[in-house]
Amino acid sequence: MSSALEPVIGLEIHVQLATATKLFCGCELSFGAPANTHTCAVCLGLPGALPVVNARAIHFGLMIGMALGCEIAPRSIFHRKNYFYPDLPKGYQISQYDEPLCRGGELAGVRIHRVHLEEDAAKLVHIGASGRIHGSEQSLVDFNRGGTPLVEIVTEPDVHSPAQAREWLELLRVTLRVLGVSDVNMDEGSLRADANVSLRAAGSEQLGTKTELKNMNSFRFLERGVAAEIERQRAILEAGEEVVQETLHFDPSSGAISSLRSKEEAHDYRYFPEPDLVPIATTEAMLDAARTAMPELPAARAERFERELGLGAERARQLAFRAELGDFYERALAADAAHPRRLADWVGGELVGALADEDPAASTVSPAALAALVAMVAERTLTVTAAREVLGVLVADGGDPGQIVAARGLEAIDDEAGLAAIVARVVAGDPQAAEQVRAGNAKAIGALIGPVMRETRGRADGAEVTRLIHAALGLQSADDQA
Amino acid sequence: MIGRDEVRHVARLARLELSDEEVDRMAVELAGVLEHISTIGELDLDGVAPTSHVVAVENALRPDEPRPSLARERVLAGAPAVVDDGFAVPSPQA
Amino acid sequence: MSELVRLSAAQAAAAVGAGELDPLALFEAYRARAAADQLNAFTWVAEGAPAPVAGPLGGVPLAVKDLFCTEGVPSQSGSRILEGYRPPYTATVVERLARAGAPLLAKTNQDEFAMGSSTENSAFGPVRNPWDHGRVPGGSSGGSAAAVAAGLAPWALGTDTGGSIRQPAALCGIVGLKPTYGAVSRYGMIAFASSLDQAGPLARDVTDAALLYSQMVGERDPCDSTSLTFPGPIELPQRADLRGLRLGVPAELTGEGIEPGVLEVFEAAIQLARSLGATVEPCALPHAPHALAAYYVLAPAEASSNLARFDGVRYGYRASDADDLLAMYTRTRHDGFGAEVKRRIMLGTYALSSGYYDAYYGRAQRVRTKIAEDFAAAFERFDFIVTPTAPGVAFEFGAKTADPFAMYLNDFCTVPMSLAGIPAISIPCGLAPPPGGERPLPVGLQLAGPPFSENGLLAASFALEAALAFDGSAVRA
Ligand SMILES: [Mg+2]
Ligand SMILES: [Zn+2]
Repeated sequence: MSSALEPVIGLEIHVQLATATKLFCGCELSFGAPANTHTCAVCLGLPGALPVVNARAIHFGLMIGMALGCEIAPRSIFHRKNYFYPDLPKGYQISQYDEPLCRGGELAGVRIHRVHLEEDAAKLVHIGASGRIHGSEQSLVDFNRGGTPLVEIVTEPDVHSPAQAREWLELLRVTLRVLGVSDVNMDEGSLRADANVSLRAAGSEQLGTKTELKNMNSFRFLERGVAAEIERQRAILEAGEEVVQETLHFDPSSGAISSLRSKEEAHDYRYFPEPDLVPIATTEAMLDAARTAMPELPAARAERFERELGLGAERARQLAFRAELGDFYERALAADAAHPRRLADWVGGELVGALADEDPAASTVSPAALAALVAMVAERTLTVTAAREVLGVLVADGGDPGQIVAARGLEAIDDEAGLAAIVARVVAGDPQAAEQVRAGNAKAIGALIGPVMRETRGRADGAEVTRLIHAALGLQSADDQA
Repeated sequence: MIGRDEVRHVARLARLELSDEEVDRMAVELAGVLEHISTIGELDLDGVAPTSHVVAVENALRPDEPRPSLARERVLAGAPAVVDDGFAVPSPQA
Repeated sequence: MSELVRLSAAQAAAAVGAGELDPLALFEAYRARAAADQLNAFTWVAEGAPAPVAGPLGGVPLAVKDLFCTEGVPSQSGSRILEGYRPPYTATVVERLARAGAPLLAKTNQDEFAMGSSTENSAFGPVRNPWDHGRVPGGSSGGSAAAVAAGLAPWALGTDTGGSIRQPAALCGIVGLKPTYGAVSRYGMIAFASSLDQAGPLARDVTDAALLYSQMVGERDPCDSTSLTFPGPIELPQRADLRGLRLGVPAELTGEGIEPGVLEVFEAAIQLARSLGATVEPCALPHAPHALAAYYVLAPAEASSNLARFDGVRYGYRASDADDLLAMYTRTRHDGFGAEVKRRIMLGTYALSSGYYDAYYGRAQRVRTKIAEDFAAAFERFDFIVTPTAPGVAFEFGAKTADPFAMYLNDFCTVPMSLAGIPAISIPCGLAPPPGGERPLPVGLQLAGPPFSENGLLAASFALEAALAFDGSAVRA
């Protein structure tokens, strides 16, 4: 039975929008500010205060909808979702219900169910029995976060493995980042993921009972949490028992899954249209503004890198999904477009390694300098070894690769006679290694190449040195045999 | 029309404590009012659109421009319980 | 009575404008009267006049219903749950009126969260009707109505959700206007039912109501998404007759359930309107009899949500004996809310709850559509609809507290206009004895018009007022 069960996963993502102010009031968004310093009558739910919708939140919502290929509603409205909790100042959350901003859509094979706007809750911190107020367990509410604009993205249950869930969320994250609509910082909670998980017999259309796994605050936790929940459900089903529909919490430190709201009564949110707000009618002007603000999205960029520049799929995704790398790469290409694949490898490999994840745009390496360096390697006027040394200088001090090469005398040796003389001297100096190579021990050649490279300070081409050693020993080179 | 258990359920949703005596009285009073209200059940309203608002306004939007927040002393001034500049409540986890 | 108090607000404003009257003396005259109030009309009275502001309202002081937030001044909406609450901001409309030269004189008593028709549901105790201290002033703006009628305030702000300005104005023999929904900003009004609540003036006469109202409307308030820019200014009414005016009298609101004494005075007012040149004919509002039922679904539903913020966390009352969160919520709300508020929270929560939404809230919204359509059709044939404002004159304390629906029936004639969002005014049109009583009490005449017809309503009311010659000066002594 176990092999016949397949996971069915849907994701619910909450994205904090990077607006200047909250969704319904003029308080500035903040992270880590002193408690209750970014609040006003509206976001504290003071008597008589009324919400007014932030135009940029709608604009960002439209951009997200467009990026996910959604159908944008010509008219959408806000509802009140009524429930009591200390982090909810009005006793209701202003959200969208049956008339959301966007419906449908798709990203990387996962269909989007809906995209809607809502306000974030405040922060509630448990402080235990402080003794300061009659000794009972206390929590403190800080309303700074309350009212932050959120976009909620709900997918169809089209995800079928924990790894796919993680990859999809990574793609969503870079997409949102490129849109510039959110900081998408999972540590700070500006991107939060819930997963609906169920198992069903492979090939069956019938969905099993699902559970909701809340707030996994990193990609790794999402992958591990979903995997753990799949295993938990698999064990239940294999024991012939039934999965209970409930909300669960994954503890990443222990790997344990626990029920979050088992004691609470069934929810009855008593949704009704928010009478303090009027409908959002998406005008042509609003749609135009969103369309105009849309950059090329990561998935499309990766596809273009593959199609137009011949990059491998992996490299194309790396550069496209890290927008700062893609941008650097394209600026380098603008300086010299002769070697797109080699340039991509240098940006995504050598440069990323040398910068240790720093944004190359913020480094001392200019895109034109890297393009020039790569061109020298491609044209064999600089060996890879020497080029790495130059890159090291560029990372440390910046500068022009041509001048660095000249100043350090790093030009590749194209004087075959001179190189042959060095090879002859090295071979003569280590007859033991020479004999082993001659006897067919291919590894032994390293003992001869090393000294040659040392003597040329890396300026010799490795393949050329090997060929010359073989020639000096009277052997046919591997290249020649091929 | 509305029984005591239902009254208790609704009171729980509304976060209202009601004594047994208050539940009894509420059940009688609500039943009386609901009887009058239920007359709207007799109207033929097929195909009639609901009105949530009489004003024909759309897109009352606000520019994304910061406005001053309230000073914290004023925010906390009327709070029943304050600890470390936060509003203190009995913990929901307790 | 001080000579100053004899002046209407408009007369006083004119005198101040002409330099003949010191606005501070005027303020102090009313302040002293308000401080000596015997009607329990006020929840707070200013200790002194704020710095005078020159403006069209001439420094004539203003009484404001408790539910308007006033910075640093108690604002409890008549509820214990907002015990000690002093807001950090002022309602837009109060701010506008202060800038136009109407300083805050006092806050007025009201039914808790504006839920009631008698002002018996106040945490501050009931308000007495100046015409008969054993009777209610109507509600929920009973404090404002009683204060103006008794000359304790020149004019006042009230709010009307289903009749809360018009009905107390009628029961106290003064003028009350419920504006077109959206005409006056709701920002800073402690909400009862958001889609119905409107602030409006209560005044001694139509001119005063027009003058105060002229400064309440204007550009829409960017802090209230549902507010509207009023098309053009409100003018002081001048009309002397009703020639060419077509008035419709809906049979549905002028028959069964109206006290005979009220009907008699109403009929006389209709005859007077005819003599002023109006044509008066019956009109049909077939869904109006269902308005009350729809209203008592929609208003409590919105209220149940609007009042969820009173949870003991950020302001106001918190039950002291609660150790766990659920008990803190339920006891705070049990102790903090009065009986009628709890009833409506229960009713509204029930109407919105799973399984009942379509039968109650959904249907009530559709009834609302039909009622608005009825009015739209009527206004194709008529300029205004006229009805008695309330089915009866002021009743005795406790007369209607036993049966909630008996109290709700006070709103029978006023609720249809609220659901349709249209403006309506109540003017005193005579006196009638209460059933079983002798001393005659004021009767109100309601005129309702299409959206933004306030200028027309005020003008027609002005002409009627002059012809009716209602004299309320006796209760201002
Ligand atoms: Mg949500
Ligand atoms: Zn705020």
